[in-house]
Amino acid sequence: MNSVVVQNISKAYGGVTALESVSLNVGGGELFGLIGPDGAGKTTLMRILATLLLPDTGSAKVCGLDVVTDWKDIRRGRIGYMPGRFSLYQDLTVEENIRFFASVFRTTMEKNYDLIRDIYVQIAPFRHRRAGRLSGGMKQKLALCCALIHRPDVLLLDEPTTGVDPVSRVELWDMLGRLKRQGVGILVSTPYMDEAARCDRIALMYSGRCLSAGEPGVICREAGASALYAVCSDNMYALLSDLRSYPGALSCYAFGREHHLRLKPGESDASLLTGWLCDKGHSGITVEPISVTIEDWFMDKIVQHNEQE
Amino acid sequence: MNQFLSFVRKEFCHIFRDVRTMLILLLMPIILVILFGYAISTEIRRSPVAVLDHRRDDVSFKRIEQFRGSEYFTLHTTTGNPAEIHDLFRKGEIKIALIFPADGEEAAILSDATNPNEATALTQYATAILASPLPGAGPFYPTLMQRGGGVKAEVSLLYNPQMKGSYNFVPGVMGLILILICAMMTSVGVVRERETGSMEVLLVSPLRPAYIILAKAAPYLLISIVNIATILLLSRFLLDVPIRGSVALLIAFSILYALVALCLGLFISTIADTQQAAMLISGVALMLPVVLLSGMIFPVENMPWILQRLSDVVPAKWYIAGVKDVMIKGLGYESILRETGILALMAIVLTAISIKRFNTRL
Repeated sequence: MNSVVVQNISKAYGGVTALESVSLNVGGGELFGLIGPDGAGKTTLMRILATLLLPDTGSAKVCGLDVVTDWKDIRRGRIGYMPGRFSLYQDLTVEENIRFFASVFRTTMEKNYDLIRDIYVQIAPFRHRRAGRLSGGMKQKLALCCALIHRPDVLLLDEPTTGVDPVSRVELWDMLGRLKRQGVGILVSTPYMDEAARCDRIALMYSGRCLSAGEPGVICREAGASALYAVCSDNMYALLSDLRSYPGALSCYAFGREHHLRLKPGESDASLLTGWLCDKGHSGITVEPISVTIEDWFMDKIVQHNEQE
Repeated sequence: MNQFLSFVRKEFCHIFRDVRTMLILLLMPIILVILFGYAISTEIRRSPVAVLDHRRDDVSFKRIEQFRGSEYFTLHTTTGNPAEIHDLFRKGEIKIALIFPADGEEAAILSDATNPNEATALTQYATAILASPLPGAGPFYPTLMQRGGGVKAEVSLLYNPQMKGSYNFVPGVMGLILILICAMMTSVGVVRERETGSMEVLLVSPLRPAYIILAKAAPYLLISIVNIATILLLSRFLLDVPIRGSVALLIAFSILYALVALCLGLFISTIADTQQAAMLISGVALMLPVVLLSGMIFPVENMPWILQRLSDVVPAKWYIAGVKDVMIKGLGYESILRETGILALMAIVLTAISIKRFNTRL
């Protein structure tokens, strides 16, 4: 059974559109990533699925239950919801927080300890520390424990790795992988592209729309149909506009310390490009063919989307 | 039930782990009672008095001794020079002066009277002393008593023979403290859950809204009962305010009032979005009416019609009236049925509105 089914959901706050006709579905035991920048509508979608907001149009089901009509059943412990900001009690200790949420869901910490053990052992040394004095990574691990303690069928995690150090981020994703293998359907949102590769499937969200969805590997292969090059020269600023005016260029954008240039299909001769740049007066030119990452695919999709608008 | 109890335990953790909250909850009642009982008092004590004595005989000396002995006055100077008296008034060193003429039956009282209430009180105290019999003699100035057609008025003060201000203030302070603690603390408590985002998680849980609301209010009700006991003990043993009626009735009536205040707090929490807003609404919308419209300081009977009607919806007005009946007058439950009924009605209406307005979504 699908954990989450979203069909043509739209939601506007006042006159501002937050979601526009979004559809996706998350299978049982699937780790599904919502990738997108801030303001893309990820949190709104999460809140609709958590029955905290009503969609304007469209329908959504979580564990086979409609979020509008069956919201009371969904709230009977079917989902584990972790909001984007830290929403536990800062003046309670780690253990008190977990025990409180366990009792709120009519269960005990001992009963479901096996589910949180892997995460809990990492914060156990601080179990008598107040939650407000934990580091960002520890806070999120605690929040994940609290969201899991009642053994939900579906986990909704809104940006669990925002504000978390790189080591803890890796650890959190390892945990999500283990939970998935236990059969929990997970919908997780993140603004970090590099995390997309750890999902079974991803959807790209941008300004309220779901631009594209699929498996990260397949997406990279599809996107890799046209050649991608990392280009550098001594004058990076002029290089960007020059590359964009190159006749064979499909798109070009700044990517860290280099510019990523995508050539039109059929245009795969890098030596022509080097000569062309020399004519433009560039020196110290390097052109490296590179493999496509999620981030390249993402930038492409946004460029396409903006061109269509 | 387990769910509910662990929620209440969590609330107590919030209260006891925040020093500021603890201080407000447990120290504020004590400070307010002592403040109103001693510092802020309508009684005037040890007011400096000057005497212009032209008489200089046994009678005037005895009168002066009486003033010296009174707790309301301290003798500033005795002089024979009228200019000195006026000088003292101008410097503000005395508020009242006595003049004993060289002969005749009458004495004069001069009063500063820039503060009319104070002047009235002081002249009353002075008149009472002058009208009292001299030790070993009859009334010295019988004319003072007999002005106004020769009918002698015998005044007896039934419930507060010493005219103590604390008899009025203790019920008022109870009305003020209970509403501040219950309404302000619960409204801030509920709004804080919403502000920090923990309400999001609670809403998605199987907890019913009524449970959340009840569990939020329960700890403050318990603390209010502690406060009621503290205030009653302080007023009985420190301020010497008697508890003439049934203590059980007084406490039961106070718990009902605390419930109304809790409901008011829950209602405020459905209006306010931030803790500051909740604090401000409770402070302005609750404290001012309680102080101004409850009859605690200004008598409601003298207010314009519209303010009187407005005072009818102030729970403290009914509570203070009821507490005065039970505590000071020693009346039984039959005498506060109306007040009880009105407070109960307020509690029911406010709870209904709060539960209806409680958002099960964001």
